[in-house]
Amino acid sequence: MYRLVDRRLNGKNKSAVNRQRFIRRYKGQIKKAVTDAIAGRSITDIDSGEKVSIPSKDISEPTIYHGQGGRRDIIHPGNHDFVPGDKIPRPRGGKGNGAGNKANNKGEGSDDFVFELSKEEFMEFFFEDLELPNLVKTKLATVYEKSKSRAGFTTAGVPSNINILRSMRSAQARRISLRNPYRKKIKEKEKELELLLRAVLKDDSAILLLEKEIEGLKRKRDAIPFLDTFDLRYNNRVDIQKPTTQAVMFCLMDISGSMDQKKKDMAKRFFILLYLFLNRNYEKIELVFISHHTIAKEVSEEDFFYSRETGGTVVSSALHLMIKIAKERYLEDEWNIYAAQASDGDNWHDDSPLCKKLLEEEIMPFVQYFAYVEITPQNHQSLWYEYEKVVSSYPNFAMQQLHDLADIYPVFRELFSKEKET
Amino acid sequence: MKNKPISETSEWTFDLIEQYDKEISRIAQNFRLDTYPNQIEVITAEQMMDAYSSVGMPVGYNHWSFGKQFMETEKKYRRGEMGLAYEIVINSNPCISYLMEENSMMMQALVIAHAAYGHNSFFKNNYLFKQWTSADAIIDYLVFAKDFVADCEKRYGEVAVEEILDSCHALMNYGVDRYKRPHPVSMKEEHARLKDREAYMQSQVNELWSTLPTLETEKEEKIVERFPLEPQENILYFIEKNAPLLESWQREIVRIVRKISQYFYPQKQTKVMNEGWATFWHYTILNQLYDEGLVTDGFMIEFLKSHSNVTYQPPFDAPHYNGINPYSLGFSMMSDIRRICENPTAEDTEWFPDLVNTDWIDSLDFAMKNFKDESFISQYLSPKVMRDLKLFSVLDNDKNRNIEISAIHNNEGYQQIRTLLADQYNLGSQEPNIQVYNVDIRGDRALTLRHEQYNRKPLASTVDEVMKHLTRLWGFTVRLETVTEDNKAEFTLEQKNNNEVSS
Repeated sequence: MYRLVDRRLNGKNKSAVNRQRFIRRYKGQIKKAVTDAIAGRSITDIDSGEKVSIPSKDISEPTIYHGQGGRRDIIHPGNHDFVPGDKIPRPRGGKGNGAGNKANNKGEGSDDFVFELSKEEFMEFFFEDLELPNLVKTKLATVYEKSKSRAGFTTAGVPSNINILRSMRSAQARRISLRNPYRKKIKEKEKELELLLRAVLKDDSAILLLEKEIEGLKRKRDAIPFLDTFDLRYNNRVDIQKPTTQAVMFCLMDISGSMDQKKKDMAKRFFILLYLFLNRNYEKIELVFISHHTIAKEVSEEDFFYSRETGGTVVSSALHLMIKIAKERYLEDEWNIYAAQASDGDNWHDDSPLCKKLLEEEIMPFVQYFAYVEITPQNHQSLWYEYEKVVSSYPNFAMQQLHDLADIYPVFRELFSKEKET
Repeated sequence: MKNKPISETSEWTFDLIEQYDKEISRIAQNFRLDTYPNQIEVITAEQMMDAYSSVGMPVGYNHWSFGKQFMETEKKYRRGEMGLAYEIVINSNPCISYLMEENSMMMQALVIAHAAYGHNSFFKNNYLFKQWTSADAIIDYLVFAKDFVADCEKRYGEVAVEEILDSCHALMNYGVDRYKRPHPVSMKEEHARLKDREAYMQSQVNELWSTLPTLETEKEEKIVERFPLEPQENILYFIEKNAPLLESWQREIVRIVRKISQYFYPQKQTKVMNEGWATFWHYTILNQLYDEGLVTDGFMIEFLKSHSNVTYQPPFDAPHYNGINPYSLGFSMMSDIRRICENPTAEDTEWFPDLVNTDWIDSLDFAMKNFKDESFISQYLSPKVMRDLKLFSVLDNDKNRNIEISAIHNNEGYQQIRTLLADQYNLGSQEPNIQVYNVDIRGDRALTLRHEQYNRKPLASTVDEVMKHLTRLWGFTVRLETVTEDNKAEFTLEQKNNNEVSS
């Protein structure tokens, strides 16, 4: 053998670049798959990977080869009882051409090409339309880790945390204190020796004895280690706990007939974004879904996004219900309360001033943040103008009209920028 | 037993690999196998998937299609739909073979015998590989290609490079010289020649497309000369040298793709022989190890299990039947040559008078060196192998309502089956014969290709897409004509250059 090489430690992600190329090239198809996936997923389940499938014919690499037809002889193995001259009806699916299964490799097969999008890639596609600032993107996408803080020194730890200055200082102290007794003794003995040496009558054996003794003492003194394990001092770090740990998010949505599925999907993105924000700030989040037309009710997420009802719209019904639920289940001093409301702007005319009143007098004092989006291409109606009045008095109230997905982020701009400061 | 087994358990270590290799090498030498030096690399499953998706090239330029391949392999592997091939071996000097970390000791020994001695000796000695590939230069060339493509991406953008590569890949099968021999060039020379070539090629092209009137114009028009004078089978080569609008870096990329295609061309033509040869030798070598008492019974049982998996030929009516298994056919034929040499029957004496009672090692060696699949089968496929595999031929003529059994494994059929099976491995008749026929130099610069039909077989519909790619490379209209068997040329399709290549 020439040589045997262990390549296992070499980079294994040689194909990562090619994978990225593939994803870039089929961005359109993948994005559609991601959009479908978001519609099908629960809000709380948003940050995980996704299986994406693309029709094989879209990604085939064409080459020239023979198609069906013409005349051909094909050799097959495993004859049982055929004899020359036997006639057999032509099997369907092209076994006659001997390449039945190969068609797939060449791109004619109709099977889908399925692959897994990682969590990061999925989030990247999710954020794309929303036009989030990069800082916010990275913040939302990364898993939040508890922050660490310095807290003095310890005598045990990992080598990377050794504090050199402290360690050397304690080593020095130890050396001084341990050497001192020897030093004293050596000094005494040396004095004695000097006396003996100066004496007229030299007692050689006594001198020799003394010299040996001094030498022994010196050896003992020098044997004291420069640095010992118990001199070591380590930087100490402790986890810092977040003081607030639970939040509740109220999702309010108009489900009257005018809110079609497209509008609801847009609203869903809006709720997801708020959820993602809360998710990295609070350990525990509860979701409350309140849908309303003329009357409001608390529903499951499934019903919230997919049920439709007809009839008029009374927004205040939802606000009333939210107040009621908050008072019963989510005490203000235990929960951080966030609310997000989506509607197409329709409201029973006389109801709008009532909404404003409810917001200003009851809701705003106990919520951290209230975001309202109006998904409508038309002119605003009374509700918008009433809500505009609330904005002026409460900085933690945000509202925005949505034309497309890129409009969602500005609603939260305030929220995210506040978070940056802290 | 004379010897103590090299190892008793299925765990492998680097030491053990070296010990096995030493023994296998010794046995291979006794059988007179002539190989390149071996470089054996231990890799992980992930790395094996990487190697897979770059069609076995140890260094490859970046392209989305390799990503697609990787994702597909990864998905199948993770789901357990497919095991990774137990070996990838690279036709280079030194010959690189990969051992997967997950394999048992038996498997590593099997792969060493199969790849590092079987395939290796085939690469070194088969005439096609000797003529068409240069094992010393390939790694250098791949490195050069990767760097060049990466450099172009930086200068001209990933998308522009990807477009050219897509189009070249579509025509890769038509980037092969079937007759001329390229000579090996090292990376240094390649770099040095690159600059010259750029300038030279551009000047050639300019000459061809020069619009200055010449004095003899009138005379020339009388003799209607075609360009090229002879039809050209290497379409990518023709593009590289003559496409009017390509820039020199684009020409270089065309060249890279066609060179890589050329490098793999011998492998395409010797699948049965190459696998048959390697399988025959792993079988022979490991049996020798067993005979010498160097491996245990357990090792042998595990080996025979995977050996028979590899050489299993499902019958035509099995649900997972996918044509003839090259391992099975090749192994049967190689083993049969040995049998004919050693224990010939009356039938063999009649069919293979030159083989009977010759030295089997010499005879096998001769067969390995001087044939490709097509000629190997027409020379060596014996009645016994046809009977063992129960081969039969089916005539599928779209003019008849039924398909017909035209020959089976009996006295009347042997000759016909042998001829037909050999033709099945003839790339010339399996790949549509399409050549560059004419360029309208004085007119609209349209490029005309001719497809010489064989047995009235039509082209698959993908040809439309491929023509779009060709149009992108050529820059002007591309026409395709079909020449039927009664020698009539008929117009098949035309692709105008409107820069629309669907992706």
